[in-house]
Formats: sequence, C-alpha cells, structure tokens
Amino acid sequence: MSTLPRWVLLPALLGALFVLLPLTAMASRVRWANVGALLTSEASLSALRLSVQTSATSALACVLVGVPMSVLLARAEFRGLSLLRSLVLLPLVLPPVVGGIALLYTFGRQGLLGRHLEVLGLEIAFSTTAVVLAQTFVALPFLVISLEGALRTAGTRYEVTAASLGAGPSRVLLGVTLPLVLPSLLSGTVLAFARALGEFGATITFAGSLQGTTRTLPLEIYLQRESDPEAAVALSFLLMIVAVVVIAVARRRVSA
Amino acid sequence: MSLQLRARVPERGVELDLAVADGQTLALIGPNGAGKSTVLSLVSGALRPGTGRVELDGQLLAGEHSWTPPHQRRVTTLSQDPVLFPHLTARRNVMYPLRSQGVPRARSRDEAEQWLAELGLMELAERRPAQLSGGQAQRVAIARALAADPRLLLLDEPMAALDIDVASALRAQLRRFLTDRTAIIVTHDVLDALTLADCLAVLEDGRIIEQGPTQELLSTPRSAFTARFAGLNLLTGRWQDGAVVLADGTRLPATGPHPPGRRLHAAFRPSAVRLAPVGGIRRTVTGLLPHGDLVRVRTEDLAADLSPQEIAEHRLEPGSPVLLAVPRGSVTTYEA
Repeated sequence: MSTLPRWVLLPALLGALFVLLPLTAMASRVRWANVGALLTSEASLSALRLSVQTSATSALACVLVGVPMSVLLARAEFRGLSLLRSLVLLPLVLPPVVGGIALLYTFGRQGLLGRHLEVLGLEIAFSTTAVVLAQTFVALPFLVISLEGALRTAGTRYEVTAASLGAGPSRVLLGVTLPLVLPSLLSGTVLAFARALGEFGATITFAGSLQGTTRTLPLEIYLQRESDPEAAVALSFLLMIVAVVVIAVARRRVSA
Repeated sequence: MSLQLRARVPERGVELDLAVADGQTLALIGPNGAGKSTVLSLVSGALRPGTGRVELDGQLLAGEHSWTPPHQRRVTTLSQDPVLFPHLTARRNVMYPLRSQGVPRARSRDEAEQWLAELGLMELAERRPAQLSGGQAQRVAIARALAADPRLLLLDEPMAALDIDVASALRAQLRRFLTDRTAIIVTHDVLDALTLADCLAVLEDGRIIEQGPTQELLSTPRSAFTARFAGLNLLTGRWQDGAVVLADGTRLPATGPHPPGRRLHAAFRPSAVRLAPVGGIRRTVTGLLPHGDLVRVRTEDLAADLSPQEIAEHRLEPGSPVLLAVPRGSVTTYEA
C-alpha cells in the first residue's frame, strides 16, 4: 500500500461515488410505507418469481454448455481456435437488442430453426423458454471467460500427472481439472446468474412482455416506470437487494 | 517389463536406441538439452515419435500406426515437483491411482494406508499438500507413484528440489523400492546413478554416446561428460614407451603393457594429481573452486585437487602457469 502514490485516491473515490451515489439516490426515493404493498402485488411477485426461475435455469444451461466450451477453448488445439473464441465472446460486446433480433431469426416462427420446430409443434418465441434462451445467450460468455482464464492459469501439469497415474480423460476432467477451478466455476456461474437477472434488451425483443410468461423483473420495472414510478423504484430496489445478496453469497463461497 | 525404445524425433534432433531390461534401473545422464526429457516424453506418451517404436513388455506403446494413450501405458512419472493434487488429502492422493484403476474404495483405502505406512507418512494422511514440507510432499508423491503399480517408473530428477539430508534419506527409500522394479532415472547427481541405477546411458546432442553397467562406465568413462559426471579426469592419446602421449606431446606415464601407437583413454582422479617440482605436465590455471577441504584447480583439460597451502605458496590464480604430475599407479588406461 505504501508504494501507491497518494493521488490515486481521488479518482478511485470519485469512481466509487459514481457507482454508489445513484444507488443511494434511488434508495432514498423508496416510499417505505408502501413498499410492502408494492412488492407483494401480483404483478411484482409474478415478475420476481419468473426472473429468479428463468435466471436460475439460464445459469444451469450456462454451466452445462459453458464448462465443456471453456475446457475446449483452454485445452484443445486446432485451427481457428482464436477466431472461435472471439465469436463465442461476441454477446459480451453485442447490444442485447441485436442478440434478441438474432435469436428471433433463429428460433422465431419464420426463423432458421423455428420454422422446423413449429412443424413439430414447438413454439419458442414469446414463451418462457425464449426468456431463458435470451438470458443464456447474453450470460454464457461471462461463465466461459472466467472459467477459460482459470483453466489456462491452472495449466496442464496436474492433468498430465493424473493420466500418468492411470486416470482416463473423463476421470481427469471431473476429478482433477474441474475441482481445481471450482472457485472460478462458482463465481462464473454467479456472474452468469446476475447477468441473466438483469437481462432486458434481448428478452423484450425475442420474448416480449407477457405477464407471468415472459415479463421478468427488469421488464416490469421498465413498464411500471411509465404508469407507477413509485412501484418501479421499489422493484428496482428489490432487484438491487437480490443482486447484492447474490454477490455476497458468491464471494463467501469462493473465498471459503 | 522390459522397455525397447527406437525412435526419431526430427524436430528435436533426437535419434535414440535404448533398452531397459526387466527389473533394471537405467540412469539417463547428459548435458541440458541433450534429449533426456524427450526420452521420458516418448515413453510416458507426452510426445509421439516421428518414426520408430516404443515397446514395453512386448506391447507396442507407439509405432507407425499405433498409439497407446498415456493413461493406458501404466508408466508413471515422478518429477522433482511432487504435483500432488492440492484439493485432496495425502491419503486421497495415494488412493487416486488405485481408484483410477477401478480398485474398490475400501481396498484402495487399505492399500493407500500401507503405502503411507511404508514411507512413514501415517500421521500426515489427512493433511492437504499445502500443509506438507517439500520432503514430505515428495514422499507422498512416491507413495502415490508406487500405488499406481507402474510397469515402468520414470524418475525425473526426483531429489533435485530437496536439501541434502532429506535427499539422502529419500534416496535410501527409493533404492529399496527400485530393486525389483523397471525404472529410468534422469539425474545430474552421480550418487543417484551409483546407488539407484544398474546401468547408465549418456545422452549428448540427441544421441546415446555411451551405455553400459554403471560401475564400469563411471570407472572407465569414454566421453568428457561422463568423466566429469564421475568426477574423473579423462585424457586421450597414444601409447608410447610406458606413457600415454597426448596430441600436444604431453607424456602421461602409466602402467602398460599396450601395443605401441594404440589409442588409449587415461582416467584418473583429480585428488591424485600433484604439483610437480620440475618437468611434469605444463598447463595454465583456468579456474579455482572450493572442493571440500581442498581447492579444485581447473586447467585446459584436467583438474587437480590441491590444498589451500599449495595454492597460496605457488600463488595460483586463473592465468598462472602450473606444472602437474600424476603418479603412474593412479592412471587407469583402456582402449579408446
């Protein structure tokens, strides 16, 4: 600490203030007397329930496909690997609305896959499944980027050793590779969950805003802002609390 | 479990022909970059040979159209870094190879316990690797490697990271485990070769330049590297009138008889070399190094262990001329 120049303190404090001040400003507008009623209204409860359910499902989907993706990106060697990595991380920099449109042209009724799925009686666009797909689309890179980095840092020497002791590839992956990067896997999953929880652009584009089916908490907040600003503030505050809890739990788990 | 290795790795400039007989331990020595780790990689399966074949116990591990993945070779590597799995206790580390080979949990536990007891590690069984000292961790790694019951054990400078006392205790234990096992040990330490290995192979520039029983190779070395490894001076010349005559005309008296003009190696200990009052071998000091209670004086092509008094008396320092003599009886001569 003593080697730090003192002047870094000022911009650092400004930055912290820049994050905390708006949150405080919002919290100060919460009418505490009405909060209970606002938060327990049917619309709020159903949005909250939907948000938590879809985000948890998305986080799970991210783990199921993100872990194999990270392992491949970190360990496999083939031509076009770095290109593939850039493409996979694209949703990080893509505006979510664009992601939503892309999903629509894939899974929508006229979409690339949607056309054929509709024949089978599967309609994805504007359903809860669409919400999960939209959230997974934007959240996946968060898990992949944190897990791939951890795998690269961990290196391959434990894996080589495990193989020399007679362990097959699956046993090495599940018994050595993944346990060693468990903290990063957990924090990556939490990041993905948090990103899914806040998803707005892709969801409204691809899944629409049907109460109880696709209207997640961020969408509900955006709608309420027009009709009932007080409710919007209360819901925002709620989302903030959920986010803080998630981060706190994740940090505790990771550092433990 | 005999090993046959005949392989070329063109991109590393390595071309090898190497065999280890069943139950034998081969010490692999050579300068850095000579290809020692390439040998280990070829056998462990970390590297595919460009051409050639690796055979263990008659089973083809690697060949033209054949490849056995590392985990199916039953070849286990023990390096200077124990590489214990940090998320598992010492006991679970030792259980790992057993569980990997399908041994049921309870039996794995018992067997791991036996190995831990064998290496005097029972009190440490529940510790994580982070709570072990370097020597303890290396012993756990040995227990784990032995629990894998490898057909061939590869030891890559297993004692290099340990301090001398720990290393010698460990060497004694390893010696016991290696008696009836087939193993290759890569080492820079002549003690490892002498105590652990039945035979020795010397690698230089990707080729094996010498190979044979350890004692024989170390007492009659044929290459500069082997001589230095054995701590001997090695000079080469032709036999003439009771002496080996070097290329520069220097005469090194030795016991014969040999046919005149025969090319010979002459090996002798640096401690046998004396300062000569007159005549003797004329050399220039290139370096001085403490060596026990003596000082090792290096010259162009030979080394002498002299007392500090002699060094001071003759004011020897790099660049000084020096006259040396080697008693006839201390020189071993053999055909080059």
